[in-house]
Amino acid sequence: MTVTVSSLNGLLDTERIRADFPILSRRLADDRPLVYLDSANTSQKPHQVIDAMAQHYAHHNANVARAVHQLGAEATEAFEAARDTVAGFIKAPSRDEIVFTKNSSEALNLVANTLAWARGDLSIGEGDEVVISEMEHHSNIVPWQLLTERTGATLRWFGLTDDGRLDLGDIDDLINERTKVVSLTWVSNMLGTVNPVAEIARRARAVGAIVVLDASQAVPQLPVDVVASGADFVAFTGHKVVGPTGIGVLWGRRELLEALPPFLGGGEMIETVTMARSTYAGPPHKFEAGTPPIVQAVGLGAALDYLSTIGMEQVAAHEQAITAYALQRLSEVTGLTVLGPTEAVDRGGAISFELEGVHPHDVSQLLDSLGIAVRAGHHCAKPAHARFGVQSSTRASFYLYTTPAEIDALVEGIRHTQRFFGVA
Amino acid sequence: MDMQSLYQEIILDHYKAPHHAGLRDPYEAEVHHVNPTCGDEVTLRVHLVDGMVEDVSYSAEGCSISQASTSILTDLLIGKPVPDALAVHQTFLELLQSRGTVEPDEAVLEDAVAFAGVARLPARVKCALLGWVAFRDAVTRAGAAYENHSQRAADTVEITATKGK
Repeated sequence: MTVTVSSLNGLLDTERIRADFPILSRRLADDRPLVYLDSANTSQKPHQVIDAMAQHYAHHNANVARAVHQLGAEATEAFEAARDTVAGFIKAPSRDEIVFTKNSSEALNLVANTLAWARGDLSIGEGDEVVISEMEHHSNIVPWQLLTERTGATLRWFGLTDDGRLDLGDIDDLINERTKVVSLTWVSNMLGTVNPVAEIARRARAVGAIVVLDASQAVPQLPVDVVASGADFVAFTGHKVVGPTGIGVLWGRRELLEALPPFLGGGEMIETVTMARSTYAGPPHKFEAGTPPIVQAVGLGAALDYLSTIGMEQVAAHEQAITAYALQRLSEVTGLTVLGPTEAVDRGGAISFELEGVHPHDVSQLLDSLGIAVRAGHHCAKPAHARFGVQSSTRASFYLYTTPAEIDALVEGIRHTQRFFGVA
Repeated sequence: MDMQSLYQEIILDHYKAPHHAGLRDPYEAEVHHVNPTCGDEVTLRVHLVDGMVEDVSYSAEGCSISQASTSILTDLLIGKPVPDALAVHQTFLELLQSRGTVEPDEAVLEDAVAFAGVARLPARVKCALLGWVAFRDAVTRAGAAYENHSQRAADTVEITATKGK
């Protein structure tokens, strides 16, 4: 199948969108225009988000939930309005199921830690099993290694097929009556694979396991309905959805958030405190000790409003079209091997590749000299790289502002790199 | 930055055909160092005889900068008395941590002056230092403590800082 720019269906009006992102018009060294292909790492921010945060600092800044004064009320209102926006964006049944965290990592650690401390029905111990996969980001591996080491439970994982999909061949063995938790990435940050999470969640829920989804790459790219996903917990981060750093989200089913013990102790998460003991607030505040990321929440709300205005169906279609075009163009480069699915089917907009004879660091250095920003390294997914027998890779990743011309620039930059290193 | 000045011919030559590559016996210490950011790694052995660096052998996986840097290290340090080798190490470390403010001393560093351009790229400094930090560690483990302790402790702090996150 040959994809040409003129036949690309589903592309957004990138000229209009790019006008919203001030950074996309800046020039780099040697007056080169920025070609930003590192959005899976962090997305760029539209002026709507930047302005909302500046406006909040300039006019409404105060601490939340404890100040009686007018500014305190305004800040609290803005912060809690962002919670409503998040709930609506991911179709959470209740705003009280939205816990603000620092990032996805903290959200996943919150679940893994509180499960390690849980007693009764939710307690995990020897003989119990936790299931993850070989394509996880380190932030969805290490917390579960810590949990299983601390509780004596066993960590197991799905392997991967050669084309970068989850190997579901042993699902009946992996998900069994001993399984307490199944924690998977919805969309792989390295391979781009979109996993069949609803089907796996159904199998996991059938044996009574808790299902956790790392949606760090899914929420930015796909329309997300947390209930339809079949999960019990869904984690994502603000800075990958055109929002600010410093804020992430954990959605959890209300009865589980109520049953789990607190995570961090401190202000805001209590009901009452005596010197001997404390009682705790209900969710979500039970899991939000201390002054929260207030202006970051405001920025996240503005970011999700921005995406909603464009429409997540449209964002997903753009991502699909640009990824198909990139896969086609990259397949024309001799010596380039894509790690992960090579067709834009159930596939997100991150493409990791190897270039024969040139190390990823050197690829990204040469591309950077042309103004093209990609990521080189293991992308915090060392086991997935090991699975494909490579130490590291170069990753180009796309978002709603990525244009076919930028893909062309990438391909030309890769060819330039090959000539520079004498491997073409 | 100009890519020709970063990737000097000497660096590309060593990358394509690294010198003294492979792990050899005998040796007194073997270390394994990784760059946690990118996953580059090196396993490096030192063989010291009568206060001399008799051999440095290694198995490495990484970018052109880290591969060439380790290759040039072996050319420079094999055959030197240990204190002289550590002095070259120190000079190289100072060059790479200078952010481009130090003029490289070709009399000491020979081919390693080619890495002067890398010193201006914070993201790549640890690539160039990977093999060198491993060498220093291996010599220390081999029990060759040739300099005063406080100097060594100060170096260690700096090296840790460059490994970064």
